[in-house]
Amino acid sequence: MLISTLMFGLVLGGTYALVALGLSMQYGISRIMNLAHGEFMIAAAFCAYVLFDFAGLSPLVTLLIAPLIGFGLSWLIYTVMMHPLVKRAANRGQLEADSILATFGLLFILQGIMLVVFGSDFTSYSYLNIPIDIFGVTIAVSRVVAFGLSLFLGLVLYVLITRSRWGATLRAVALSPASAPLVGIQVDKVARQAFAIGGALAASGGVLVSMFVTFSATGGVVFTMKALIVVIMGGVGNLLGALIAGLALGVIETFVTSYFDPGLSLASTYLLFIIVLLWRPQGLFGSVRS
Amino acid sequence: MTRTVLFAIAILAGLAILALAPAFLGEYGLGFMVSLMSYVTLATAWAMFSGPTRYISLATVAFFGIGAYTVAVFNETLPYPFVLIVAISIGALLATFVGFATLRLAGVYFVIFSFGLAELVRQLITWFEVNITGTLGRYIFLPFETRHIYWQLLALAAVTIGIGFWIRQTRLGLALKVIGDDELVAAHSGIALARTKVLLFVLSASLMTLAGAIQSPRWVYIEPAIVFNPTISFLTVIMALLGGATRLWGPALGVIPLMILFEWLSASFPDHFSIFLGAMFILIVFLLPKGVLSAVETRLARLKREANA
Repeated sequence: MLISTLMFGLVLGGTYALVALGLSMQYGISRIMNLAHGEFMIAAAFCAYVLFDFAGLSPLVTLLIAPLIGFGLSWLIYTVMMHPLVKRAANRGQLEADSILATFGLLFILQGIMLVVFGSDFTSYSYLNIPIDIFGVTIAVSRVVAFGLSLFLGLVLYVLITRSRWGATLRAVALSPASAPLVGIQVDKVARQAFAIGGALAASGGVLVSMFVTFSATGGVVFTMKALIVVIMGGVGNLLGALIAGLALGVIETFVTSYFDPGLSLASTYLLFIIVLLWRPQGLFGSVRS
Repeated sequence: MTRTVLFAIAILAGLAILALAPAFLGEYGLGFMVSLMSYVTLATAWAMFSGPTRYISLATVAFFGIGAYTVAVFNETLPYPFVLIVAISIGALLATFVGFATLRLAGVYFVIFSFGLAELVRQLITWFEVNITGTLGRYIFLPFETRHIYWQLLALAAVTIGIGFWIRQTRLGLALKVIGDDELVAAHSGIALARTKVLLFVLSASLMTLAGAIQSPRWVYIEPAIVFNPTISFLTVIMALLGGATRLWGPALGVIPLMILFEWLSASFPDHFSIFLGAMFILIVFLLPKGVLSAVETRLARLKREANA
């Protein structure tokens, strides 16, 4: 029981981490607090469901398509919607307020479209639902695959950002958007890229989560909330922190839901959030910065 | 002086006319007026905190729902005024806690916390009712007709706007103005940032709680899913923004056109309601970032300048 709870928790946490990484890119680098993040995820989950049920396409194929769509759509949204707000904002606080309001509207639009198309029922499909034994725990292959892929994607992104020249420009913009242009970095371009990559990560997280969780058109908000809390827990802009915090949140939530009550999943998330806020507001792995 | 007197007379006359509304309106019209007064209270209370601090609270319905649910729990065991006091106390206590946990930090922590607060409270109440009391869903039997609820909400809306007016005259209002303009300057001139923000948040949340409590007998049957409806938070923000969150009369002004529009939209396009809402929200953020009132004022000032030139 203990080990199986731990493993189910890690699987769930892997997707949380991936979605939170996307949000961390969007907030840490592009400075856009995207409240519609979870809707991108749910849209990708529906995409995987439709392609699997009606076209017989494996979610692993969708995992190649959906992030591309997520990337393109987020690119478009940044260019059309966010860029004017960035240009208009006199300071960071105003951009934060404006982007929260604009993406709050976006949340309702995307949710409304999904409600019209798919209705409000819970949806799921059965893919690779073959039980296997790992450490004496029976677990579906789909979960293992989803976990492996989310960890792989998260680590690839981490290595790219910490080791490549391109990653260095991203980190420079995250650290100081005002001085990045002085070394020849186009802040605008980098912010757009980061926002689009965030959308691609949300889409991949959505496809992966759809392989083993039931989802509904209105479920995006809760994912956004958890992703936000993971970002804060890991320390804003700290990718490895978000990865670890995501896994931790998945494990804690699974423990609470299996030992106490499934109705308390959000309460456990919030309890964790409150502890972090009171004890280490800069995040578990963040450094003190103004 | 004469202007102040005239203004006071105009407000009293307006209140008197509004108080007489039940005599002219049918049940449908009065129901509309109840929602209108409720939203005037919510939007004004929202702007009281979020206007000057620019911390966008997405938690309106958390407090509104607490108010309504408290009445549902205690309406048979306690006299009505005590029920209201209990409701305000719970709302204020939660607001104090949330305020002290988040408002000492950057605004984004507050927004994130408020984003899920209503859902959290709803889940906790549902869990408590299912597992401990075993009664999910409660009835409210109070001897109120629609007009009684309307009069109470009218009074609450008037008090809320009155408090908004009063804050602007006090040191607290001055402190808020400085905080809104520049937090660093505010801190250096000796304003206790966190305490001022928490105080204001608690005040605003208490008024929202009271609005929910007073309106609750309209439902008769109450479930957490009914009173913690996220659309209420959403509508409150959009109304306050349309009118202008930094103005005293802005939020109330934003309520009227949007209420009429939403009434029409939800009747004509029930399935596409939230798409319209979202689109309108984005339009307001882009086209009227400071609200209608200040847009009109800027336009008038420009016309005057051009006329003089």
